[in-house]
Amino acid sequence: MLIRRPPDIPTSEITEERHYVSRRAWLAAAGVTAVAITANRVMAARGKSPAPVVGAEAFADDPTSFKDITTYNNFYEFGTGKDDPAKNAHTLRPRPWSVVVEGDVKKPGRYDLDDLLKGIPVVDRTYRHRCVEAWSMVIPWNGIQLKDLINRLEPGTKAKYIEFHTLYDTTQMPMQRTNIMPWPYVEGLRMDEARHPLTLLATGLYGKSLLNQNGAPLRLVVPWKYGFKGGKSIVKIRFVEEQPRNSWQLLAPDEYGFFANVNPAVDHPRWSQARERRIGDFLKRPTLPFNGYADQVASLYAGMDPRTLY
Amino acid sequence: MTASHWVGRVIRPAVIVGGIGPALYLGLGLLGITAIDLGANPAEKLEHFTGTTTLVMLMLTLTVTPLRRLTGVNPLIRLRKPLGLWTFTYALLHALCYLVFDQSLLWGEILHDIAKRPYITVGFSAFVILLALALTSSGWAIRKLGKRWVTLHRLIYVAAVLGVFHYLWLVKLDTSTPVAFGVVLILLLAARWERRRRKGAPA
Repeated sequence: MLIRRPPDIPTSEITEERHYVSRRAWLAAAGVTAVAITANRVMAARGKSPAPVVGAEAFADDPTSFKDITTYNNFYEFGTGKDDPAKNAHTLRPRPWSVVVEGDVKKPGRYDLDDLLKGIPVVDRTYRHRCVEAWSMVIPWNGIQLKDLINRLEPGTKAKYIEFHTLYDTTQMPMQRTNIMPWPYVEGLRMDEARHPLTLLATGLYGKSLLNQNGAPLRLVVPWKYGFKGGKSIVKIRFVEEQPRNSWQLLAPDEYGFFANVNPAVDHPRWSQARERRIGDFLKRPTLPFNGYADQVASLYAGMDPRTLY
Repeated sequence: MTASHWVGRVIRPAVIVGGIGPALYLGLGLLGITAIDLGANPAEKLEHFTGTTTLVMLMLTLTVTPLRRLTGVNPLIRLRKPLGLWTFTYALLHALCYLVFDQSLLWGEILHDIAKRPYITVGFSAFVILLALALTSSGWAIRKLGKRWVTLHRLIYVAAVLGVFHYLWLVKLDTSTPVAFGVVLILLLAARWERRRRKGAPA
């Protein structure tokens, strides 16, 4: 399980695709053997037939291939098909890139991205990524912890939330000429969520700079929330008092909320969130509460009704 | 060759054989035999492709009658049955994809899904209709059912409407494709309604 690994996996230790692809077959065989052994023990202990194994522990968490991570994307600024971003995102120019910081913060302004991040330690994190559409991946990100940037910018006491704006430029993002969504794409976090050590601003994956289709040059990664919370190609960071109105919530408030915590017990109004298809698999596996990061983040929501956190 | 010969010896055999094309395309892609790439999520691709193909086949089936009236080539009616059976075949493949890939044949969850989720409810209803029509597509069934056969097979219109809503209700944001199917269906139904209106109108 990812969550039991040390949090930082150096890029140098990430297995190359050709190795883990062959390893996968071995793991599958090993997994079946392990399940069979466990089932036998349970059966022997209880003296009856074992229940079918549906627990998440029966499923592996191998990193998804670089090819799949970079060709199967939701990035409506480049088209609504999963393969559209990889085909169309070449029009995005991720350098030079500036980020505007505004709101209740001591160091507002327009920063060059490289200056903004200079000196902040880069971390490698392999996270599960769960889309609200019930598919998932495992992605070896690299980037900075958002809390390090927040500390550098020194928000004031009125900064209860942080808001992220994606680039709005119809020459670089051609779908923004249509009105399928309100542009620019806006996402946000409560300040304690933003300061959580799991929360990243990713600048790369698989040890390489982010490709355009993955939200180059800067994207938000919040692994216990549905993927749409991860705003891409960020050009503006605002420190605000009011809860931001994120784009999907504006579009369909009954289907997408502000918190969007992964929760198998709260279905999307139109489909089940109980299970997910890991990219690379044919069958679905159980979805974990908080996408498997409950130990680290559940306390952020103490006293809140989980049914309101969709 | 007469129109009847053309339909019987060329067009109809082409439809009967050609209907396997989309399935062959997917099958070869699945086996990795050809350059066809089913992408990062082949299960989803198979589901969407068989669903879309079902709707295309259904629209083609519904095109036969207006086309026959428009052209006056009556033998075209013989294309209706093979197209209808291909519609059912792709609906069956589509349903199997859902049952296996989405639900891992967990019947309790499947029944729950059919009862709870409107897009599954209408999709399942459309499938049941297509199943009934496929089972009664033989000459024997036509003779046995008599006039009731015509009434029963008018349910194809219901299946088509349900199929379009099934697609429309599952889409997250970009409804352009299901809306396009809806427009085609409205045109095909309007062609029939217009004819009925003219036939029924006093001279």
